[in-house]
Amino acid sequence: MNRDELRNAVLEELSGIAPDIDLVSFDDNANLQDEYDLDSMDTLNLAAAVHKRLGVNIPDQDYARMHCVAELLDYLEKRLNHPQS
Amino acid sequence: MSDFIMPSMGADMDSGKLVKWKVKPGDRVKKGQVIAAVETSKAVLDVEVFEDGVVEELYVEEDTDVDVGTPLARIGDGSRVGKQEHEVAGKEETKPTTETKATPEKTPVKETAEAPAVSTTTEGHPEQAQARSQQPVPPKPPSTPAAAKLESEGRVPASPAARRKARETGIKLAELRGSGPSGAIVLRDLQGAQPTRPDIRPAAGFDRQQMRTAIAAAMSRAKREIPHYYLANTVDLHAAEQWLTDYNEHQPPENRLLLSALFMKATALALARYSELNGHYAEDGFTAATRVNLGMAVHLRGGGLVAPAIMDADTLTLPELMHQLHDLVRRARGGGLRVSEMAGGTATVTALGDRGVDTVYGVIYPPQVAMIGIGRAHRRPLAVDDGVAARLAVDITLAADHRVCDGHLGALFLNEIEQLLQQPEAL
Repeated sequence: MNRDELRNAVLEELSGIAPDIDLVSFDDNANLQDEYDLDSMDTLNLAAAVHKRLGVNIPDQDYARMHCVAELLDYLEKRLNHPQS
Repeated sequence: MSDFIMPSMGADMDSGKLVKWKVKPGDRVKKGQVIAAVETSKAVLDVEVFEDGVVEELYVEEDTDVDVGTPLARIGDGSRVGKQEHEVAGKEETKPTTETKATPEKTPVKETAEAPAVSTTTEGHPEQAQARSQQPVPPKPPSTPAAAKLESEGRVPASPAARRKARETGIKLAELRGSGPSGAIVLRDLQGAQPTRPDIRPAAGFDRQQMRTAIAAAMSRAKREIPHYYLANTVDLHAAEQWLTDYNEHQPPENRLLLSALFMKATALALARYSELNGHYAEDGFTAATRVNLGMAVHLRGGGLVAPAIMDADTLTLPELMHQLHDLVRRARGGGLRVSEMAGGTATVTALGDRGVDTVYGVIYPPQVAMIGIGRAHRRPLAVDDGVAARLAVDITLAADHRVCDGHLGALFLNEIEQLLQQPEAL
């Protein structure tokens, strides 16, 4: 899965959690909490959706350090391309 | 046999539009089964039936506005499936006592047609609605003998609120057609007679304006009727944070817990102990609830607020509670909340979340008597032993009804929550 496909998958899950977010103008570097008004349950739901869809179980401590979709995509790329690391 | 009436949906919703029947005459239903969907000013809600039986007749067609208290269907043993309502009305004629009961003053019309600010009697436990549903209160068009008799006596059947409104606006009740039980004129019937007032009801879903109006009504009533007192307490979350980190470390995201679950559980346990904060205040005073149905104010993306309840929250394990929190938030935003959840809360928690503020003082959601506010958990300097440490802490507040209890009890309650959060493993 390349980065674009990965991004589409993540944004699709995100729009399931927050349907009002405009995906066309979505800013990957914007803070999900501050810019897109996601609360702790929304972000947890996103992690759960990513786990279900991509099979990547992001540990709580790693996840707590991610604040925008770009950071999430970086992490997912790394985990999917180098499963051992 | 009994009429199933439109149950209370909470303090800020006194009517709704029946948008979908999920059963048909002849269907067997079980207590708790969803039989209809009702669109209110706040959300589309699922309506559950309160008894086992067979749906014998549906009184109300889809896309009909119904007030709380309006008979919706007849539930019986199945022997009268398909029998029309004139059968019911005909039966009434042989029972003069029931006919008396059908006068506007005795039927739910009186309670339901009032504005939310003054209708205290229909708001509350679905059990109350259930109790009323046992009474035969047959719906009758204005032409039924009872209504006709009343009209001939010069008194048009109408709810007190409708009567008052008619007086104020100069509308003649006799020229209107009543849509309430027994053909009584209810407040809603007067709206059509006021061409200056635009109909703001949307075709589907709910809009912000209606949501605002509903919140305004409930909160105005709260501030008008309830003498609130307010208390706040800062709670050290060091133990809770450590326990939560350990717990979540080995859990996949879908099984992880949030601090909210710990707050809700601690609050529910404290409410079970301090019953003066858990219950409903009605015309006859305060009644403590026997269960802890903990409401949770859910902010809706795009604006608005609903406060559905988690039933028996004090008896749930943390994972169960977390699951219910997920479920409730999902349904609050996506639809599928149940009427019992909207009206059944015995106290409510409000939390403004991670991006919120340090301290939130709530406004009590009538007829409840307590609102617990959870501020933003963040690191701050706290005195620990002889020094100062940067500790995760949260301000937990209480807004309580002074008619029911005093600040001393409220303080004990907040201290109980604090103590419970120091032993998260025991929650």
